[in-house]
Amino acid sequence: MLTTANPSAMGIRIRERIFKYSLTLSAVIAIVILLAIFLTLLVGSLPSIRALGISFIYGKTWDPVSNKFGGLPFLAGTLLTSLLALLLSAPFSIAVSLFLGEYYRKGLVAGIFKNIIDLLAAIPSVIYGFWGLFVLVPMVRSLEMKLNVAPYGVGVFSSSVILAIMIMPFSVSLSRQVISMVPLHLKEAAFSLGATRYEVIRHVIIPYTRSGLFAGILLALGRALGETMAVTMLIGNTHSLPHGLFGPANTMASVIANEFTEATGRIYSAALIEMGLFLFIVATIINIIGKQVIKRFTFE
Amino acid sequence: MGNDGHIAEGKAIISGLDRQVQVRGLKSRLFRLVVILLSLISTLPLLLILFYIFKKGISAINWHFLVSLPKPVGETGGGISNAIVGTLMLIGVAAVLAIPVGILIGIYLSETPKGRIAYNCRLAVDVLQGIPSIVIGIIIYEWVVVPMGGPSSFSGSIALGLMMLPAIIKSTEETLKLIPEALKESSLALGVPYYTTVLRVIVPSGMSGIMNGVLLSIARVVGETAPLLFTAFGNHWMNTNIFKPTSSLPLIIFKYATSPYTEGHKLAWGASLILIIMILVLNLITKLVERKWRTPF
Repeated sequence: MLTTANPSAMGIRIRERIFKYSLTLSAVIAIVILLAIFLTLLVGSLPSIRALGISFIYGKTWDPVSNKFGGLPFLAGTLLTSLLALLLSAPFSIAVSLFLGEYYRKGLVAGIFKNIIDLLAAIPSVIYGFWGLFVLVPMVRSLEMKLNVAPYGVGVFSSSVILAIMIMPFSVSLSRQVISMVPLHLKEAAFSLGATRYEVIRHVIIPYTRSGLFAGILLALGRALGETMAVTMLIGNTHSLPHGLFGPANTMASVIANEFTEATGRIYSAALIEMGLFLFIVATIINIIGKQVIKRFTFE
Repeated sequence: MGNDGHIAEGKAIISGLDRQVQVRGLKSRLFRLVVILLSLISTLPLLLILFYIFKKGISAINWHFLVSLPKPVGETGGGISNAIVGTLMLIGVAAVLAIPVGILIGIYLSETPKGRIAYNCRLAVDVLQGIPSIVIGIIIYEWVVVPMGGPSSFSGSIALGLMMLPAIIKSTEETLKLIPEALKESSLALGVPYYTTVLRVIVPSGMSGIMNGVLLSIARVVGETAPLLFTAFGNHWMNTNIFKPTSSLPLIIFKYATSPYTEGHKLAWGASLILIIMILVLNLITKLVERKWRTPF
């Protein structure tokens, strides 16, 4: 029997056990890291939660000098830019998803397109911001002059356009997969009844993939809410509520990026960490819902 | 007479139907046109971005640009050597930290399809992937920068490493899952211990997929700026000590892009071009690895 009498077998058994334990340990570490992130944010924002309470959400004035920390301008700015970006990118991402998932599934054109969309996701946020600052902002400024609004250039609109470009690949990668997963027999049945391509898309593909498309949009929204650098460079960084689509504003991620290292005073930095906590919670919820929808879709 | 009336009526119906079919066909073709048009427009931003960066970046780059330090504000010339070294250092240390942990977790998940730890771990990895990068910056500031008494390249590497983990874990898990059970069983049947089977049989068979994940994760974090703002912080000078603040390409782009000086903008275009080339090369290598050493299962 290979028992304790054989020293090498015992060595193997010990090593085997160490290996298995270290595997499990590493998995536990991943869970612990996530919990620790949540706790760190929670503990870090406690001073602000205690001092400001719910007024943090509806307070309109952000004035660190006089110790006023109202987060509403940043909350509003984040929601406004993200939703506008979603709206702007939706037609394009749906079109590209249909292009790659239905019209051109294979071949050279599809390959080139897929690579272009992948590269769009690979470009760093800071380069989007830089490009936006020097190419997009002048264009937006001349548009604003034509529309007779104050030609800031930077502001909600410029940020949303850049965000729309940045989040497009994320919703496409999911929607494309979902669309190409529609069972062939469903489509063929519709075609055999004399449906046109458009009717198949409208009455078979879209209804079938609705939850998946929704998940794609949700994940893109998660990206948009937390996006920092490009928005910081383009939004104008004011401390007041956004007025209109073209004026400058600010977002939660941007105010953290701009002020965190200079935040003196317990409540000031805690208020910024609380915004981080907000972003974390929202991103987590969106991710979990999105993943559940996808899972249900792939099991159907 | 009555018969003729019926025929006329029938012809009218048929021509009506014909028209309906034509309209539906037209609608379908029109929709397809719109889809193609919108898709083509979607490729414009990438082409424009690459065009501008190559056009403006090429004129900024020369040998001097690559090997010298940035000049003080307002002076002409100067380069980005400190940022290039800083980026390589940040990424190198981040990779050393993240790759072993990521692969271990990936192995665990592929070997444990079910179970509470595995379920929660998968969930944690998914959530980790979605955390905004600026929040990672705050976290590493609290965990590393504050205890160490100041920003450092090391803390930046930890932040980037944390962001690399999900991609490495996922690609490892997905690749190893594809490896046939028979391979593992035949190794075990030969009396090879479990850990040797995993490390010498299963992991090498999935090496290309794992490599792919590692390269992609590097490509994804090499341009990350937000988590470095509070951790690596930036440095005007050359720094090779991982416990000192350091510059990096994204940080230098951010700094000079938002400065009001044309010389600074030129520096930023050059740095952007170098960064983009790094990312394109990493993506290209990934594609080649995928094609050449595709996991044979």
